[in-house]
Amino acid sequence: MNPILVFEQLLNGAGYGLMLFLIAAGLTLVFGIMDVMNLSHGSLFMVGAYVAATVHVQSGSFAVAVLVAVAVTVAVAALLEVTLMRRLYGRDHLAQVLATFGVILVADDAVKMVWGPSPVMAPTPAWLSGPVELFAGLPYPSYRLVVLGAGVLVAGLLYLLVNHSRVGMLVRAGASDRWMAELMGVRVRRVFCGIFVLGAALAALAGALMGPLMAVQVGMGESILIPALVVIVIGGIGSVRGAFVAALLVGLVDTIGRAFLPLLLRAALPPAVAADLGPLCAEVAMYALMAAVLSFRPAGLFSAKA
Amino acid sequence: MSAASLTSSSPPQRPAAPRWRGALLPLALLAALAVFPLVASALGLDFYIGFVRRVLVVALAAASLNFIMGFGGMVALGHAGFMGVGAYTVVVLSDAGATSAWVVWGAAMVLAALAATLVGAISLRTQGVYFIMITLAFAQMLYFVFVSLRSYGGDDGYTLPMRPVLGLGLDAMHEPTLYWVVLALVALVLWWLDRATASRFGAALAGIRDNATRMRALGYPVYLLQLAAFTLAGAVAGLAGALLATGNSFVSPAMMHWTQSATLIVMVVIGGLGRRWGGPLGAAVWMALEEALKLHTDHWHMPLGLLLIATTLYAPRGLAALADLRARSAQ
Repeated sequence: MNPILVFEQLLNGAGYGLMLFLIAAGLTLVFGIMDVMNLSHGSLFMVGAYVAATVHVQSGSFAVAVLVAVAVTVAVAALLEVTLMRRLYGRDHLAQVLATFGVILVADDAVKMVWGPSPVMAPTPAWLSGPVELFAGLPYPSYRLVVLGAGVLVAGLLYLLVNHSRVGMLVRAGASDRWMAELMGVRVRRVFCGIFVLGAALAALAGALMGPLMAVQVGMGESILIPALVVIVIGGIGSVRGAFVAALLVGLVDTIGRAFLPLLLRAALPPAVAADLGPLCAEVAMYALMAAVLSFRPAGLFSAKA
Repeated sequence: MSAASLTSSSPPQRPAAPRWRGALLPLALLAALAVFPLVASALGLDFYIGFVRRVLVVALAAASLNFIMGFGGMVALGHAGFMGVGAYTVVVLSDAGATSAWVVWGAAMVLAALAATLVGAISLRTQGVYFIMITLAFAQMLYFVFVSLRSYGGDDGYTLPMRPVLGLGLDAMHEPTLYWVVLALVALVLWWLDRATASRFGAALAGIRDNATRMRALGYPVYLLQLAAFTLAGAVAGLAGALLATGNSFVSPAMMHWTQSATLIVMVVIGGLGRRWGGPLGAAVWMALEEALKLHTDHWHMPLGLLLIATTLYAPRGLAALADLRARSAQ
């Protein structure tokens, strides 16, 4: 197999994994600290993607589009926190799953009302549309490189924030033992509100960056939500480090599964069977990984609670 | 976080009443449903025969989910997957030349039960949110299995050339006949599920929901009991899927998408988690609202979403709990 092709796919997988991490980080922090399961997190990703695509077309500036998308999504998230999420603290997970599933239904229809039912064009910024020659024989889309870089940068900043800042200390304290943290004088609710909004900003950033790479359409929030949930479950709910490792793992497994499993099957099996099985293996690889991990470690790889 | 904490508030005991009074309402409802096709065709509303038939089938699936979720404390977010296994069994067997509905439906139940045993055996090692997620993961796997079956239509679904044959002089192509057969089956299985809930098995299941550790200490095989309940619910969901496929003469992977599983949970909670009629009531209310809203607007998800949010905030115990309020005010 061509090593350059393998390397290219590894880069694609890492890029997808980093985007998953941006989404999963907010999801897992909210869950780890406030014990709130937020299915509507994917809707924030969708809002970010739609706003970015629209602003980009209108203003012509990708940077402005990303900033506006983050700002709008943060505002939406703050509204959501004040009107709904606050009332779900201390409720059981089932109530949280249901109420935030309700938010998905509302958000999808709201987006349909504003932007219409058909997908929206999210252009690749003109100055990033060409390929970059990484080394001889490997031209790589420069936009994907920027996404990869942005993912690494944000993941690094988040790592510093969570592990080496005072806010991060409070966050970790709240995540590992919320009652004790409250007894020690941490205003966990206020920290949470900040975390929820930060999570929304990360989701919006991921949405804005992913827009040009995938279809910006109603339901994109749900289709990214499931891999993001898979990531936090594999990583161990509440653990940012776990989410990071699991996101890269899922990104790589998914991309490699899509790129190479069909090839391997085609080499080993009759063509008709391989044609049926190939896409299936690619789709299922991520879920098989999760089932396997949970079979051996029922609380995930880096469970914050264990 | 344990699975039990999700549903730890067990419903209050029903006030003791003579046994026949408890059966009165269901029998009246059954009678009303039985004459419905005659009334509907007299009024020229034949379309609604198919609609009520679908409601009955989904009510069956919701009741089976309520059995494991409400009485067993297992919040499974992949129930539509087992419906899909049942539905595709009908397609595959019909395609292979099987014509008898009873054979096909029976096989659907068996295969869905097998799938549920496999999924349950692994999923039940986890608890709480992990259980929710791993059942979802398995349902997604099943979903993609059927998406990739190109010989059966893949993404686009598969239209049955003809409905399976009922035999016994019954014509499956005659809408009211199929409706009556479905009604009889649904009533039978619902009655049977209700008996299972009231049995020692059901009591042990509720005990596990409320305190698994204590039940284990008492010597109950907790894992096996939960697995048995999960399998049973999977079999009933498989039957529901098979009936749906038979009635619609069409199957597609969309019916097992994860949002369908979530909708089933929604139905159960809106109707009343762990309540005798919670599943069917929730299914009927949700589907009726969906149908009514679709008549008036393209944006019918939004009001349903708002209703769902309002229900979780203000009526977390579901519609069936309203009966308690009435009973209390009558005293």
